[in-house]
Amino acid sequence: MQAEPEPKVVDARGSYCPGPLMELIKGIRQEPVGTVFEVWSSDRGSAKDIPEWVKRAGHELVKNVEEDGIFKVQVKKMK
Amino acid sequence: MTRVVFLGGGVGGSMVANQLARQLKADVLHGDVDITVINQTPDHVYQPYFLYMAFDQAVPAEAHRPERSVLHPLVKLVVGEAERVDREASQVWMQDGTKISYDFLVIATGSRPAPELIPGLAEGGHIFYTEEGALKLRDALAAFRGGRIVVTVSVPHKCPVAPLEFTLMVRDWLDQRGMESAEVLYTYPIGRLHSLEPVAEWASRVFPTRRIQSQTFFNVESVDAENHTVTSLEGDTVSYDLLVSIPPHVGQPVIQRSGLGDAGGWIPTDRYSLLMEGSENIYVLGDATNLPISKAGSTAHFEADVVSANLINRIRGGRGSVRYDGKVFCFIEAGREEATYIKFDYQHPPQPQPPSSMIHLYKLAFNKMYWLSAAGIL
Repeated sequence: MQAEPEPKVVDARGSYCPGPLMELIKGIRQEPVGTVFEVWSSDRGSAKDIPEWVKRAGHELVKNVEEDGIFKVQVKKMK
Repeated sequence: MTRVVFLGGGVGGSMVANQLARQLKADVLHGDVDITVINQTPDHVYQPYFLYMAFDQAVPAEAHRPERSVLHPLVKLVVGEAERVDREASQVWMQDGTKISYDFLVIATGSRPAPELIPGLAEGGHIFYTEEGALKLRDALAAFRGGRIVVTVSVPHKCPVAPLEFTLMVRDWLDQRGMESAEVLYTYPIGRLHSLEPVAEWASRVFPTRRIQSQTFFNVESVDAENHTVTSLEGDTVSYDLLVSIPPHVGQPVIQRSGLGDAGGWIPTDRYSLLMEGSENIYVLGDATNLPISKAGSTAHFEADVVSANLINRIRGGRGSVRYDGKVFCFIEAGREEATYIKFDYQHPPQPQPPSSMIHLYKLAFNKMYWLSAAGIL
Protein backbone atom coordinates (compact mmCIF):
# COMPACT_ATOMS: atom_id res chain seq x y z
CA MET A 1 0.00 0.00 0.00
CA GLN A 2 1.26 3.46 -0.89
CA ALA A 3 1.67 5.90 1.99
CA GLU A 4 -0.49 9.03 1.87
CA PRO A 5 1.66 12.06 0.98
CA GLU A 6 2.19 14.66 3.67
CA PRO A 7 -0.50 17.36 3.52
CA LYS A 8 0.50 20.77 2.19
CA VAL A 9 0.46 23.08 5.21
CA VAL A 10 -1.22 26.46 4.79
CA ASP A 11 0.04 28.40 7.79
CA ALA A 12 -2.62 31.08 8.21
CA ARG A 13 -2.11 31.72 11.91
CA GLY A 14 -2.58 35.42 12.69
CA SER A 15 -4.10 36.03 9.27
CA TYR A 16 -7.03 38.44 9.45
CA CYS A 17 -6.90 39.49 5.83
CA PRO A 18 -7.03 37.56 3.51
CA GLY A 19 -7.68 35.01 6.28
CA PRO A 20 -7.43 31.23 6.48
CA LEU A 21 -10.28 30.36 4.07
CA MET A 22 -9.02 32.71 1.35
CA GLU A 23 -5.52 31.24 1.84
CA LEU A 24 -7.00 27.76 1.32
CA ILE A 25 -8.85 28.88 -1.84
CA LYS A 26 -5.57 30.33 -3.14
CA GLY A 27 -3.88 26.96 -2.55
CA ILE A 28 -6.71 25.01 -4.15
CA ARG A 29 -6.57 27.28 -7.20
CA GLN A 30 -2.89 26.65 -7.81
CA GLU A 31 -2.33 22.98 -6.85
CA PRO A 32 -3.49 19.83 -8.70
CA VAL A 33 -6.56 17.67 -7.97
CA GLY A 34 -5.85 15.17 -5.18
CA THR A 35 -3.69 17.59 -3.15
CA VAL A 36 -4.44 17.51 0.58
CA PHE A 37 -4.11 20.82 2.43
CA GLU A 38 -3.86 21.36 6.17
CA VAL A 39 -4.90 24.87 7.12
CA TRP A 40 -3.54 26.19 10.43
CA SER A 41 -5.66 28.94 11.89
CA SER A 42 -5.69 30.83 15.18
CA ASP A 43 -9.32 31.81 14.52
CA ARG A 44 -12.02 29.53 15.97
CA GLY A 45 -14.34 30.59 13.11
CA SER A 46 -12.18 28.65 10.62
CA ALA A 47 -13.39 25.33 12.07
CA LYS A 48 -16.86 26.26 10.79
CA ASP A 49 -16.18 28.55 7.77
CA ILE A 50 -13.80 26.21 5.99
CA PRO A 51 -16.01 23.07 6.11
CA GLU A 52 -18.98 25.18 4.94
CA TRP A 53 -17.13 26.35 1.83
CA VAL A 54 -15.55 22.93 1.21
CA LYS A 55 -19.03 21.37 1.07
CA ARG A 56 -20.36 24.02 -1.32
CA ALA A 57 -17.34 23.82 -3.60
CA GLY A 58 -17.40 20.02 -3.76
CA HIS A 59 -14.08 19.23 -2.07
CA GLU A 60 -13.54 16.76 0.78
CA LEU A 61 -13.12 17.56 4.46
CA VAL A 62 -10.52 15.10 5.77
CA LYS A 63 -9.93 16.32 9.34
CA ASN A 64 -11.03 19.18 11.59
CA VAL A 65 -9.27 19.32 14.97
CA GLU A 66 -7.93 21.77 17.58
CA GLU A 67 -4.37 21.23 18.83
CA ASP A 68 -2.87 23.58 21.44
CA GLY A 69 -5.17 26.44 20.44
CA ILE A 70 -4.48 26.02 16.73
CA PHE A 71 -7.36 24.92 14.52
CA LYS A 72 -6.16 22.42 11.92
CA VAL A 73 -8.48 21.67 9.01
CA GLN A 74 -7.48 19.14 6.33
CA VAL A 75 -9.09 19.40 2.91
CA LYS A 76 -8.63 17.32 -0.24
CA LYS A 77 -9.02 19.01 -3.62
CA MET A 78 -11.54 16.88 -5.56
CA LYS A 79 -12.04 18.71 -8.86
CA MET B 1 32.45 46.39 -0.47
CA THR B 2 28.90 45.27 0.38
CA ARG B 3 26.63 45.21 -2.66
CA VAL B 4 22.88 45.49 -2.01
CA VAL B 5 20.71 44.83 -5.05
CA PHE B 6 16.97 45.42 -5.25
CA LEU B 7 14.83 43.50 -7.68
CA GLY B 8 11.85 45.82 -8.12
CA GLY B 9 11.56 49.56 -7.55
CA GLY B 10 7.97 49.83 -6.33
CA VAL B 11 7.08 51.15 -2.92
CA GLY B 12 8.94 48.42 -0.98
CA GLY B 13 12.14 48.39 -3.02
CA SER B 14 12.38 52.18 -3.31
CA MET B 15 11.73 52.78 0.39
CA VAL B 16 14.41 50.37 1.58
CA ALA B 17 16.97 51.56 -0.98
CA ASN B 18 16.38 55.19 0.00
CA GLN B 19 16.57 54.48 3.73
CA LEU B 20 19.87 52.64 3.18
CA ALA B 21 21.30 55.45 1.09
CA ARG B 22 20.48 58.04 3.73
CA GLN B 23 21.67 56.09 6.73
CA LEU B 24 24.75 54.61 5.07
CA LYS B 25 25.65 57.76 3.15
CA ALA B 26 29.26 57.88 4.39
CA ASP B 27 29.79 54.18 3.57
CA VAL B 28 28.40 54.65 0.05
CA LEU B 29 30.56 57.74 -0.52
CA HIS B 30 33.66 55.83 0.68
CA GLY B 31 32.87 52.99 -1.72
CA ASP B 32 32.18 50.50 1.08
CA VAL B 33 28.51 50.02 0.21
CA ASP B 34 26.89 49.93 -3.22
CA ILE B 35 23.11 50.17 -3.67
CA THR B 36 21.46 49.24 -6.99
CA VAL B 37 17.76 49.14 -7.86
CA ILE B 38 16.65 47.11 -10.88
CA ASN B 39 13.30 48.29 -12.27
CA GLN B 40 11.45 47.06 -15.37
CA THR B 41 10.45 50.56 -16.47
CA PRO B 42 11.83 54.08 -16.03
CA ASP B 43 8.59 55.06 -14.25
CA HIS B 44 7.35 54.61 -10.70
CA VAL B 45 3.57 54.22 -10.66
CA TYR B 46 1.27 54.92 -7.69
CA GLN B 47 -1.27 52.16 -8.26
CA PRO B 48 -4.04 53.29 -5.84
CA TYR B 49 -4.85 55.98 -8.40
CA PHE B 50 -6.20 53.31 -10.78
CA LEU B 51 -9.44 53.18 -8.75
CA TYR B 52 -9.85 56.93 -9.16
CA MET B 53 -8.96 56.77 -12.87
CA ALA B 54 -11.93 54.44 -13.42
CA PHE B 55 -14.19 57.29 -12.26
CA ASP B 56 -12.21 59.95 -14.15
CA GLN B 57 -11.09 61.45 -10.83
CA ALA B 58 -7.39 61.02 -11.71
CA VAL B 59 -5.36 60.77 -14.91
CA PRO B 60 -2.22 58.69 -15.56
CA ALA B 61 0.15 61.67 -15.36
CA GLU B 62 -0.74 62.09 -11.67
CA ALA B 63 0.25 58.49 -10.91
CA HIS B 64 3.64 58.51 -12.68
CA ARG B 65 7.03 59.88 -11.72
CA PRO B 66 10.44 58.91 -13.02
CA GLU B 67 11.89 56.25 -10.73
CA ARG B 68 15.18 58.17 -10.89
CA SER B 69 13.50 61.15 -9.21
CA VAL B 70 12.06 58.88 -6.47
CA LEU B 71 15.46 57.37 -5.62
CA HIS B 72 18.20 58.98 -3.51
CA PRO B 73 21.05 60.25 -5.73
CA LEU B 74 23.41 57.66 -4.21
CA VAL B 75 21.21 54.77 -5.35
CA LYS B 76 22.09 53.39 -8.78
CA LEU B 77 19.16 52.60 -11.08
CA VAL B 78 19.23 49.90 -13.75
CA VAL B 79 16.18 49.93 -16.04
CA GLY B 80 15.58 46.56 -17.64
CA GLU B 81 14.06 43.11 -17.36
CA ALA B 82 15.74 40.59 -15.08
CA GLU B 83 15.89 37.12 -16.58
CA ARG B 84 16.65 35.20 -13.40
CA VAL B 85 18.32 35.13 -10.03
CA ASP B 86 21.32 32.82 -9.81
CA ARG B 87 21.57 32.05 -6.09
CA GLU B 88 24.75 29.97 -6.42
CA ALA B 89 26.64 32.79 -8.06
CA SER B 90 24.76 35.49 -6.08
CA GLN B 91 23.94 37.29 -9.29
CA VAL B 92 20.93 38.72 -11.09
CA TRP B 93 21.04 37.91 -14.80
CA MET B 94 19.51 40.61 -16.97
CA GLN B 95 17.83 39.84 -20.28
CA ASP B 96 20.41 41.99 -22.07
CA GLY B 97 23.13 39.59 -20.86
CA THR B 98 24.60 41.66 -18.05
CA LYS B 99 25.07 40.10 -14.62
CA ILE B 100 24.68 42.08 -11.42
CA SER B 101 26.39 40.61 -8.36
CA TYR B 102 25.00 41.00 -4.86
CA ASP B 103 25.91 40.33 -1.26
CA PHE B 104 22.34 41.07 -0.18
CA LEU B 105 19.35 40.80 -2.53
CA VAL B 106 15.99 42.40 -1.75
CA ILE B 107 13.15 40.99 -3.82
CA ALA B 108 10.24 43.40 -4.15
CA THR B 109 8.79 42.35 -7.49
CA GLY B 110 5.12 42.66 -6.52
CA SER B 111 2.31 40.73 -8.18
CA ARG B 112 0.27 40.93 -11.35
CA PRO B 113 -3.40 40.35 -12.15
CA ALA B 114 -3.76 37.22 -14.29
CA PRO B 115 -7.15 37.35 -16.09
CA GLU B 116 -5.92 34.60 -18.42
CA LEU B 117 -6.42 32.09 -15.59
CA ILE B 118 -10.21 32.41 -15.92
CA PRO B 119 -11.68 31.49 -19.31
CA GLY B 120 -13.56 34.39 -20.91
CA LEU B 121 -12.56 36.96 -18.31
CA ALA B 122 -10.21 39.00 -20.48
CA GLU B 123 -12.89 39.22 -23.20
CA GLY B 124 -15.93 39.76 -20.99
CA GLY B 125 -14.71 41.64 -17.94
CA HIS B 126 -13.29 45.01 -16.99
CA ILE B 127 -10.27 45.22 -14.68
CA PHE B 128 -9.28 48.37 -12.85
CA TYR B 129 -6.14 46.83 -11.33
CA THR B 130 -4.04 47.97 -14.29
CA GLU B 131 -3.81 51.46 -15.72
CA GLU B 132 -4.90 50.31 -19.16
CA GLY B 133 -7.86 48.43 -17.65
CA ALA B 134 -8.89 51.39 -15.47
CA LEU B 135 -9.00 53.70 -18.48
CA LYS B 136 -11.02 51.16 -20.48
CA LEU B 137 -13.45 50.89 -17.57
CA ARG B 138 -13.66 54.69 -17.36
CA ASP B 139 -14.81 54.75 -20.99
CA ALA B 140 -17.24 51.87 -20.45
CA LEU B 141 -18.78 53.65 -17.44
CA ALA B 142 -19.14 56.84 -19.46
CA ALA B 143 -21.08 54.86 -22.09
CA PHE B 144 -23.16 52.89 -19.54
CA ARG B 145 -26.87 53.68 -19.78
CA GLY B 146 -28.33 51.29 -17.21
CA GLY B 147 -28.65 47.60 -16.41
CA ARG B 148 -26.67 45.49 -14.03
CA ILE B 149 -23.09 45.98 -12.91
CA VAL B 150 -21.56 42.84 -11.38
CA VAL B 151 -18.37 42.95 -9.29
CA THR B 152 -16.43 39.70 -8.82
CA VAL B 153 -13.39 39.03 -6.65
CA SER B 154 -10.86 36.24 -7.23
CA VAL B 155 -8.21 34.88 -4.89
CA PRO B 156 -5.47 35.89 -4.27
CA HIS B 157 -5.63 39.57 -5.11
CA LYS B 158 -3.92 42.73 -3.97
CA CYS B 159 -5.51 45.76 -2.32
CA PRO B 160 -8.22 43.80 -0.49
CA VAL B 161 -10.53 46.77 0.06
CA ALA B 162 -10.55 48.09 -3.51
CA PRO B 163 -13.44 45.84 -4.68
CA LEU B 164 -15.60 47.16 -1.86
CA GLU B 165 -14.52 50.74 -2.52
CA PHE B 166 -15.30 50.40 -6.21
CA THR B 167 -18.76 48.99 -5.41
CA LEU B 168 -19.68 51.87 -3.09
CA MET B 169 -18.24 54.45 -5.47
CA VAL B 170 -19.99 53.05 -8.55
CA ARG B 171 -23.34 53.14 -6.74
CA ASP B 172 -22.79 56.85 -6.06
CA TRP B 173 -21.65 57.37 -9.63
CA LEU B 174 -24.84 55.78 -11.01
CA ASP B 175 -27.16 57.66 -8.64
CA GLN B 176 -25.55 60.98 -9.45
CA ARG B 177 -26.28 60.35 -13.14
CA GLY B 178 -29.93 59.49 -12.67
CA MET B 179 -29.42 55.72 -12.94
CA GLU B 180 -30.95 54.87 -9.54
CA SER B 181 -32.70 51.89 -11.14
CA ALA B 182 -29.42 50.36 -12.33
CA GLU B 183 -28.44 47.31 -10.28
CA VAL B 184 -25.12 46.74 -8.53
CA LEU B 185 -24.30 43.17 -7.51
CA TYR B 186 -21.18 42.57 -5.41
CA THR B 187 -19.93 39.00 -5.08
CA TYR B 188 -17.29 37.63 -2.72
CA PRO B 189 -15.43 34.29 -2.50
CA ILE B 190 -16.19 33.42 1.14
CA GLY B 191 -19.34 33.38 3.28
CA ARG B 192 -19.33 37.09 4.19
CA LEU B 193 -18.77 40.37 2.34
CA HIS B 194 -15.11 40.86 3.24
CA SER B 195 -12.33 38.76 4.72
CA LEU B 196 -12.09 41.17 7.67
CA GLU B 197 -15.09 40.45 9.87
CA PRO B 198 -15.70 44.03 11.09
CA VAL B 199 -15.51 45.29 7.50
CA ALA B 200 -17.90 42.55 6.38
CA GLU B 201 -20.37 43.50 9.14
CA TRP B 202 -20.13 47.16 8.23
CA ALA B 203 -20.70 46.39 4.53
CA SER B 204 -23.69 44.18 5.31
CA ARG B 205 -25.30 47.11 7.16
CA VAL B 206 -24.44 49.70 4.49
CA PHE B 207 -25.26 47.73 1.33
CA PRO B 208 -29.08 47.60 1.79
CA THR B 209 -29.22 51.34 2.48
CA ARG B 210 -27.41 51.98 -0.80
CA ARG B 211 -29.37 49.44 -2.84
CA ILE B 212 -26.35 47.18 -3.41
CA GLN B 213 -27.09 43.47 -3.81
CA SER B 214 -24.62 40.83 -2.75
CA GLN B 215 -23.83 37.16 -3.20
CA THR B 216 -21.29 35.29 -1.10
CA PHE B 217 -19.42 32.02 -1.79
CA PHE B 218 -18.84 33.11 -5.37
CA ASN B 219 -15.45 32.11 -6.84
CA VAL B 220 -15.43 32.88 -10.55
CA GLU B 221 -14.85 29.81 -12.69
CA SER B 222 -15.63 31.19 -16.17
CA VAL B 223 -17.12 34.09 -18.05
CA ASP B 224 -19.36 33.78 -21.11
CA ALA B 225 -18.55 37.04 -22.86
CA GLU B 226 -21.09 36.43 -25.62
CA ASN B 227 -24.08 35.81 -23.36
CA HIS B 228 -22.88 38.15 -20.58
CA THR B 229 -22.92 35.61 -17.78
CA VAL B 230 -20.41 34.65 -15.13
CA THR B 231 -20.34 31.25 -13.42
CA SER B 232 -18.81 30.35 -10.06
CA LEU B 233 -17.04 27.14 -9.08
CA GLU B 234 -19.81 26.75 -6.50
CA GLY B 235 -22.15 26.33 -9.49
CA ASP B 236 -24.04 29.65 -9.58
CA THR B 237 -24.48 31.74 -12.73
CA VAL B 238 -25.35 35.45 -12.80
CA SER B 239 -25.92 37.76 -15.75
CA TYR B 240 -24.35 41.16 -16.20
CA ASP B 241 -24.43 44.21 -18.44
CA LEU B 242 -21.05 45.40 -17.19
CA LEU B 243 -18.67 43.02 -15.43
CA VAL B 244 -15.98 44.49 -13.19
CA SER B 245 -13.68 41.72 -12.11
CA ILE B 246 -10.72 41.49 -9.79
CA PRO B 247 -8.73 38.62 -11.36
CA PRO B 248 -6.59 36.16 -9.41
CA HIS B 249 -3.05 37.47 -9.01
CA VAL B 250 0.25 35.65 -9.52
CA GLY B 251 3.89 36.40 -8.75
CA GLN B 252 6.16 37.82 -11.44
CA PRO B 253 7.63 35.58 -14.18
CA VAL B 254 11.22 36.26 -13.03
CA ILE B 255 10.40 34.50 -9.74
CA GLN B 256 9.16 31.42 -11.60
CA ARG B 257 12.13 31.48 -14.00
CA SER B 258 14.45 31.57 -11.00
CA GLY B 259 12.70 28.66 -9.27
CA LEU B 260 12.15 30.77 -6.16
CA GLY B 261 8.35 30.63 -5.90
CA ASP B 262 5.55 28.19 -5.20
CA ALA B 263 2.98 27.21 -7.84
CA GLY B 264 1.55 30.73 -7.83
CA GLY B 265 4.96 32.40 -7.99
CA TRP B 266 4.93 33.50 -4.32
CA ILE B 267 8.23 33.26 -2.47
CA PRO B 268 8.26 31.25 0.79
CA THR B 269 9.27 33.88 3.34
CA ASP B 270 9.83 33.88 7.10
CA ARG B 271 6.94 35.87 8.55
CA TYR B 272 9.10 37.62 11.16
CA SER B 273 12.56 38.10 9.63
CA LEU B 274 11.28 38.53 6.02
CA LEU B 275 14.24 36.43 4.85
CA MET B 276 13.49 34.04 2.02
CA GLU B 277 13.15 30.59 3.58
CA GLY B 278 16.49 28.78 3.43
CA SER B 279 18.44 31.96 2.70
CA GLU B 280 20.48 34.30 4.88
CA ASN B 281 21.03 37.08 2.34
CA ILE B 282 17.77 37.36 0.38
CA TYR B 283 14.96 39.48 1.85
CA VAL B 284 11.47 39.50 0.37
CA LEU B 285 8.80 42.14 0.92
CA GLY B 286 5.47 43.33 -0.41
CA ASP B 287 3.22 41.27 -2.65
CA ALA B 288 6.06 38.91 -3.66
CA THR B 289 5.95 36.92 -0.38
CA ASN B 290 3.76 33.90 0.34
CA LEU B 291 2.75 35.38 3.72
CA PRO B 292 -0.94 35.17 4.67
CA ILE B 293 -1.30 38.93 4.96
CA SER B 294 -2.82 41.62 2.76
CA LYS B 295 -1.07 42.32 -0.50
CA ALA B 296 -1.09 46.10 -0.15
CA GLY B 297 1.23 49.09 -0.37
CA SER B 298 1.01 49.62 3.37
CA THR B 299 2.19 46.07 4.01
CA ALA B 300 5.26 46.73 1.87
CA HIS B 301 5.72 50.05 3.71
CA PHE B 302 5.81 48.48 7.20
CA GLU B 303 7.92 45.56 5.98
CA ALA B 304 10.35 48.02 4.41
CA ASP B 305 11.08 49.53 7.84
CA VAL B 306 12.04 46.06 9.10
CA VAL B 307 14.16 45.10 6.09
CA SER B 308 16.07 48.39 6.04
CA ALA B 309 16.72 48.31 9.82
CA ASN B 310 18.07 44.76 9.55
CA LEU B 311 20.16 45.43 6.46
CA ILE B 312 21.76 48.54 7.98
CA ASN B 313 22.41 46.66 11.21
CA ARG B 314 23.96 43.68 9.43
CA ILE B 315 26.13 45.82 7.16
CA ARG B 316 27.44 47.43 10.37
CA GLY B 317 28.21 44.03 11.86
CA GLY B 318 24.99 43.24 13.71
CA ARG B 319 22.72 40.22 13.42
CA GLY B 320 19.60 41.97 12.05
CA SER B 321 17.14 41.06 14.79
CA VAL B 322 14.18 43.39 14.16
CA ARG B 323 11.00 41.37 13.61
CA TYR B 324 8.00 42.21 11.44
CA ASP B 325 4.79 42.04 13.49
CA GLY B 326 2.41 41.68 10.54
CA LYS B 327 1.24 45.30 10.64
CA VAL B 328 -1.14 46.44 7.89
CA PHE B 329 -3.06 49.71 7.58
CA CYS B 330 -5.63 50.41 4.86
CA PHE B 331 -7.90 53.32 4.09
CA ILE B 332 -11.37 52.36 2.88
CA GLU B 333 -13.23 54.79 0.63
CA ALA B 334 -16.89 54.53 1.67
CA GLY B 335 -18.50 56.65 -1.09
CA ARG B 336 -20.44 59.87 -0.35
CA GLU B 337 -17.08 61.56 0.22
CA GLU B 338 -16.43 59.59 3.39
CA ALA B 339 -13.76 57.06 4.26
CA THR B 340 -12.67 54.84 7.11
CA TYR B 341 -9.57 52.79 7.88
CA ILE B 342 -8.47 49.53 9.41
CA LYS B 343 -5.21 48.43 11.00
CA PHE B 344 -4.18 45.08 12.38
CA ASP B 345 -1.20 42.79 12.86
CA TYR B 346 -0.52 39.09 13.54
CA GLN B 347 -1.76 39.43 17.13
CA HIS B 348 -4.41 42.14 16.98
CA PRO B 349 -7.60 41.96 14.91
CA PRO B 350 -8.87 45.16 13.30
CA GLN B 351 -11.25 47.45 15.16
CA PRO B 352 -13.75 49.21 12.89
CA GLN B 353 -13.91 52.99 12.83
CA PRO B 354 -16.99 54.93 11.67
CA PRO B 355 -16.47 56.54 8.22
CA SER B 356 -15.99 60.31 8.16
CA SER B 357 -15.29 63.05 5.66
CA MET B 358 -12.07 63.85 7.55
CA ILE B 359 -10.61 60.41 6.84
CA HIS B 360 -11.62 60.77 3.18
CA LEU B 361 -9.73 64.08 3.01
CA TYR B 362 -6.73 62.47 4.69
CA LYS B 363 -6.75 59.70 2.09
CA LEU B 364 -6.83 62.29 -0.70
CA ALA B 365 -3.93 64.09 1.00
CA PHE B 366 -2.01 60.81 1.32
CA ASN B 367 -2.40 60.27 -2.43
CA LYS B 368 -0.28 63.42 -2.81
CA MET B 369 2.07 62.62 0.08
CA TYR B 370 2.76 59.08 -1.19
CA TRP B 371 5.93 60.23 -2.90
CA LEU B 372 7.43 61.05 0.49
CA SER B 373 6.75 57.44 1.53
CA ALA B 374 8.51 56.06 -1.50
CA ALA B 375 11.39 58.41 -0.76
CA GLY B 376 11.64 56.72 2.64
CA ILE B 377 10.84 59.94 4.49
CA LEU B 378 7.21 59.48 5.62
